[in-house]
Amino acid sequence: MKDLRKQPGFDTMAWICLFFLYAPIVMLVVYSFNDNRSVVIWTEFSLRWYAAAFDNDGIRKATVVSLQVAAVATVFATSFATMAALATTRVRPFKGQTLAYAIINQPLMVPEIVTAVATLAFFGIIKQIFNINGIGFLMLAHTVFCIPFAYMPIRARLEDMNLSLEQAAADLYATPIQVFRKVTFPLMAPGIVAGGMLAFVVSLDDVIITLLVAGPGETTLPVYILGQIRRGITPEINAVSTVLLGLSVVLVSIFFLIGNKKRT
Amino acid sequence: MADLTDTLPESATTADRLAEARRQTEASARRRRWQLLSPALIIIGIFGLFPLTITLIYSFLTPGTYGGVTWKFSTDAYVQFLFDRDIFDDTLQFSGTYLSIYGRSIGLAFGATVGALIVGFPTAYFIASKPLEQRNLWLFLITLPFWVNLLVRTYAILLIIRDEGIINLSLMGMGVTDSPIGMLYTDYAIFAGLIYSYLPFMVLPLYASLEKLDFRLVEAAYDLYASRFQVLRHVIIPMAKPGIVAGCILVFIPGLGAYITPELLGGGKELMIGNLIALQFSGSRNWPFGSAAALILMVVVMASLIIYVRYSGKEGNGHG
Repeated sequence: MKDLRKQPGFDTMAWICLFFLYAPIVMLVVYSFNDNRSVVIWTEFSLRWYAAAFDNDGIRKATVVSLQVAAVATVFATSFATMAALATTRVRPFKGQTLAYAIINQPLMVPEIVTAVATLAFFGIIKQIFNINGIGFLMLAHTVFCIPFAYMPIRARLEDMNLSLEQAAADLYATPIQVFRKVTFPLMAPGIVAGGMLAFVVSLDDVIITLLVAGPGETTLPVYILGQIRRGITPEINAVSTVLLGLSVVLVSIFFLIGNKKRT
Repeated sequence: MADLTDTLPESATTADRLAEARRQTEASARRRRWQLLSPALIIIGIFGLFPLTITLIYSFLTPGTYGGVTWKFSTDAYVQFLFDRDIFDDTLQFSGTYLSIYGRSIGLAFGATVGALIVGFPTAYFIASKPLEQRNLWLFLITLPFWVNLLVRTYAILLIIRDEGIINLSLMGMGVTDSPIGMLYTDYAIFAGLIYSYLPFMVLPLYASLEKLDFRLVEAAYDLYASRFQVLRHVIIPMAKPGIVAGCILVFIPGLGAYITPELLGGGKELMIGNLIALQFSGSRNWPFGSAAALILMVVVMASLIIYVRYSGKEGNGHG
């Protein structure tokens, strides 16, 4: 009997889609290990471009800035998102709920380039009035757009959670703080970890907002890579790109593993 | 409980006291909820929403000499969007320069949306028809590239399609062409880059609605002698409509404001809205005009969202 679920050509299309998604990335990774100066002609396996990238001061500095900004943005965005998720789940619909959702998701609704120039204009005013500068502005901008990404998995986790465990703890004379520490928090922890990882990856990926908002000496890794590509393609860029790629893939794979564990 | 006895007179009944206690618990729950929500709401309000207001104000000001703005009211930014001002006699002449950038961007984003739908729909359907264990793996594989830095992915495409890229080298190696085919820095390159960038945004909502598809309906349609195409046209696609609409919006909106794709694959020659806006702000260009351009982009995005809400709302009623 023919499989009624199948549509002709759909399987082929799915495989083409997968090939289309991975072929460029695989090519990039493979050629980052190429010894040749040319990006295209394969000679032999070598780590020389990784060594060159590691020796490059600009790349090292940009990596440190990227990690600093992502770490700070992740901590704040995840904390705020956790609090917001606790307030918006496991409760009856309340007045202002829709508005609260809309505000939290605002960074997702507005095109990134608009957010970037609006933030640039606003920070410009603050910098002028208070005469302050520094990497704090960049961290602040990242925190804002990371909040909805951290919020989504935490909220999902809390919505799945059963209230009866907390009620049981309260019945056994646990104080509200004890209930939170011993019951609620351990149960929501996987969601917080997942949210934090997404926030970290999203911050690490951002180019446009950073490009416009960052002051001198605040170049992140993607912004550095963009500058290098504009100047000309070198195998070193392949090596740095592969490192950045690997970092995101590892984090997101862990995120998926946590997510799958939840279901079983 | 001291305040409870304070607020109620001696003569209050037990029922009154209970009601008062409940009211106070609810009030404190409400207070705690807003305390928990306030950090996120305040920071997004101040650093996300408020700057948009500033952009609106800036769009009605005069550009400063070294970038920035001068606080003098002017509608020049919006006039410049539609007209060219003659520098000699100050007359206005209709000019389609900026309109054509918007038109081209809308066209490219729309084309990429259709392209992503054509590739994404069969893929989402294929995943939805798989056994449960395999679905998660497929979903993981489809979404993974999305988390790879957009810049890195775009750069990977650039490496492949440039004159010395693998495609041109292979074609020349096989003797198909003598000289490289110029694929980079064309609208086709941007188009392919946009599909590549936002394809997972299309597949995920499509999958979400196809996953719920009851395949017994498909079988019933076959039993009633529907052809494969008829089943697709009259059963599967109508059921997947919410996913199709959501996927199209999710691809169209970021595609419209794209910056990196046209920058790298269009070579900066083929300007899209995102590059136009960034160009006005980087260096000391015209901030009011950049603000106006950003707000006009927002209007286009909001219009698409309204169409989406209207459309999906109507669908909801239609299918109960």
